[in-house]
Amino acid sequence: MEFEGDKGRTIAIEVKNLSYTYSRGLPYEKEAIKNINLIVYEGEAVGILGHTGSGKSTLIQHLNGILLPQEGEVKIFGEKIINNKTFLKNLRKIVGIVFQFPEDELFAETVFEDVSFGPRNLGLNEDEIKKRVIESIKDVGLDESYLNRSPFSLSGGEKRRVAIACILSMSPKILVLDEPTSGLDPIGREEILSLIKKLKNEKKVTIIMISHSMEDIVQFADRIYILNNGKIVIEGKTEDIFKNKEILEKYDLSVPDLFLLGEELKKEGFVISEPFKDFDIAKREILRNLS
Amino acid sequence: MISKDSIIIGQYFPGFGFLYSVDPRAKIISFLFLMIIIFIFKNILSFIPIIILLLLFFISSKIPFKHVLKGLKPIIILLIITIFFHFFFTPGNIIFKFYFLKITYEGLIRGVFIGTRLIVLILISSLLTFTTSPLELTRGLEFLTLPLNKLHFPSSEIIMMITIALRFIPVLVEEADRIIVAQVSRGASFDEGNIIKRAKNLIPILIPLFISAFRRAEELAVAMEVRCFQPGKKRTYMRRLNWRRLDTIFTILIILIGLISYFIG
Repeated sequence: MEFEGDKGRTIAIEVKNLSYTYSRGLPYEKEAIKNINLIVYEGEAVGILGHTGSGKSTLIQHLNGILLPQEGEVKIFGEKIINNKTFLKNLRKIVGIVFQFPEDELFAETVFEDVSFGPRNLGLNEDEIKKRVIESIKDVGLDESYLNRSPFSLSGGEKRRVAIACILSMSPKILVLDEPTSGLDPIGREEILSLIKKLKNEKKVTIIMISHSMEDIVQFADRIYILNNGKIVIEGKTEDIFKNKEILEKYDLSVPDLFLLGEELKKEGFVISEPFKDFDIAKREILRNLS
Repeated sequence: MISKDSIIIGQYFPGFGFLYSVDPRAKIISFLFLMIIIFIFKNILSFIPIIILLLLFFISSKIPFKHVLKGLKPIIILLIITIFFHFFFTPGNIIFKFYFLKITYEGLIRGVFIGTRLIVLILISSLLTFTTSPLELTRGLEFLTLPLNKLHFPSSEIIMMITIALRFIPVLVEEADRIIVAQVSRGASFDEGNIIKRAKNLIPILIPLFISAFRRAEELAVAMEVRCFQPGKKRTYMRRLNWRRLDTIFTILIILIGLISYFIG
């Protein structure tokens, strides 16, 4: 029997007492993160919230060994990250990071070439590469006709999806997304968010999403960590964190409008059994109350 | 990965020492004079007062010795080659022989002399850039090259170009860093294979870097245009340079030290 809680679940990421200072020892040294502790279980979706300069990006660069811990340690599926070329190469197969504005990293002549860059670096054979490219381009909601186009001819939202496909084609077990919706129009934003939800539900990928927007994170994150000035200030289940309006306000994070709507409706006498995480839930709950 | 820490030459080292307060024009004139005069030094003894002077400046500016050494790193190969050639290819009294390689007494002296000159040269220029912000430096240069405008030399425009170039070095380094990190996450590696493969490995970095550089250039051009920037027109500055008596004394003193060192040797 499985209990509600963390027993018996595989730990995907474990970060212990992690600290990192840029330009250590120089007058312009900058402490980016301090004493971070974080656990992510397999198959879980975790949101990391924080403002610009809160150390979010520094933290995620530790997850695939781009930055190595100055203090503390990072374990991926129980294995401690060490500075070893083969180890790091294997690590990057397991942990895929979609950085902020990932479309800036597109470089090839065709979408196919760009998406196949990752699998090719993994040393897979041509058939497997082709299979993975087609699979991942479909996963991000584009079709095969895109494969022969130039990535630079696509729209902003399409480029972003191709860039995500570039990481998916390496079939990582853990997918880290740094502000995946920033700079997109509302439609593009919705597309990316539903893509992430799909990856979580259908592909069972462990997801870490970084954002400064509560609205984005709330839609799919099981748990949330709030980062402020390089420290984790709060962690907890998404619903629990939401309810605590004062804390959110203290760190200048706004409660999503949809959730506020739910609260207001409750005051008006609506019976609401589930917090309004996304439009589907809200629609269902409101319709149920109205009928 | 290139990191910002590895590019030392030409980088400002924020601080508060005496040298930071000297007018950039005074620093440019006096250090330029030192750089020129060490080229006409005939005797290695001449370097001693200059080196002492530089050490005093480095100490008073509180620039860590380690940082200074880091700045010398890029010229090590140049230094070794220079010294090597002087050691082995100067004719004279042979003091050491190994097959066809022979070190002569004259070669030894000459090698050490040239090596010292190169190091001192780098030290002077890095002292200037460590203690002068790029903005001050270009302002100083602009002022000093102003008379050339009379000869239809586009000094302001050239200085504007230098300012923009300097301004964008850290931006591009940061950008390159970001792209490298992203491509490494996609499994790219830059230290594998022969030279052709390595060159090819750079494509995923260079293309995105060029694209973003062009985009930035365009944005900057638009931003300058909406602020009515017109090449060749006189412009005003927010920060004015202010020449004090101290700056005059500083310049005269440094020039004197240079001359005295020259006559010692």
